[in-house]
Amino acid sequence: MTMTIDLRLFATLQQFEPPSARAYQIKMGMSVRTLVEQLGIPETKAKLVFINGIKVDLESILKDGDRVGIFPPVGGG
Amino acid sequence: MNPNSIIDMLMAGARNQQQPDRRDRSVLALQYCADIAQRTGRTRKEIEVLALEHDIIPERYLRNLNILSPADQVGLLQSRACIVGLGGLGGYVTETLARLGVGALTVVDGDCFDETNLNRQLFSSEHNLSQTKTAAAVERILTINSALYVQDYNELMDTENVARLLEQADIAVDCLDNIHSRFVLQKAAKEAGIPMVSAAVAGFSGQVLTIFPEDPGLEQVYGPPGPHAADKGAETTLGNLGCTVSLVASLQCTEVVKILLKKDSDLRNQLLIIDLSDYTFEKIHLI
Repeated sequence: MTMTIDLRLFATLQQFEPPSARAYQIKMGMSVRTLVEQLGIPETKAKLVFINGIKVDLESILKDGDRVGIFPPVGGG
Repeated sequence: MNPNSIIDMLMAGARNQQQPDRRDRSVLALQYCADIAQRTGRTRKEIEVLALEHDIIPERYLRNLNILSPADQVGLLQSRACIVGLGGLGGYVTETLARLGVGALTVVDGDCFDETNLNRQLFSSEHNLSQTKTAAAVERILTINSALYVQDYNELMDTENVARLLEQADIAVDCLDNIHSRFVLQKAAKEAGIPMVSAAVAGFSGQVLTIFPEDPGLEQVYGPPGPHAADKGAETTLGNLGCTVSLVASLQCTEVVKILLKKDSDLRNQLLIIDLSDYTFEKIHLI
């Protein structure tokens, strides 16, 4: 069984954005951690993952239709 | 001289002027503020505060009305913001807070300008390369608004000096350029019991967060601090652009004003993320 998420990768993470990210198909019950691994994003760059505007941890389980964003650490001034 | 006679002088020096909202306001020119200060032995800031308290508006603050009331302007004039880091963000933040009329500014940086700063750092120019960033900031602040009090520290902030740098500050403004130092400032601001507005940029991206002493703060954004935590972020590959820097600095100043005036802040425990590559603005609930 698959489902679809709306995936947004920001700044340096854009290079990991898969084709059709806005309707990205994943397996039912997939965790954020598995998603991050599947996209090839180093875990150190995935400190800020949010679903539907709320920060979540890597163990969170994705649901159909979730709006998922990953923002890398940004430190410049 | 007693305050009543100063008020008489203010009233004598003020003139009525219709404003764009068609309301008549009693306004006072810069030169009168300076004259009255000199004649009474008060500072210009004291004179401006006294004027505003009697609904006489120094002309330099007229366009802060009505989004800021005269009482709000007094609140800003009687506040001190400590701006830590005078690079891209810090330059624009200093400029904007000085123009808004935040009455006392502490500016902190241990660096001098170099050519790589010219693409975004407001106070840098071809004529002041190798000048200290604090000297340029002080000069600029006093050129814009010589009534303001300025304290400059030509030192890099660290765990040893940070408490001293924040003395008397009502708010810390984090314009630093590395993640480790941001945690140092956050800890000190919490210990001083003052809020902090933190911002960071990289390429077309930026973020802003307000942190009160009881809030979890930066750990929610960067993960826990420590020797193994990254010190730099996406800026090492994406660089820093003037257009992103000035925008994010403006957002940071908006938070500073709201906090100093005790208005509601939307960015407490909510990180504003910005990506100008597609004009994303989104508030992320951190807790």
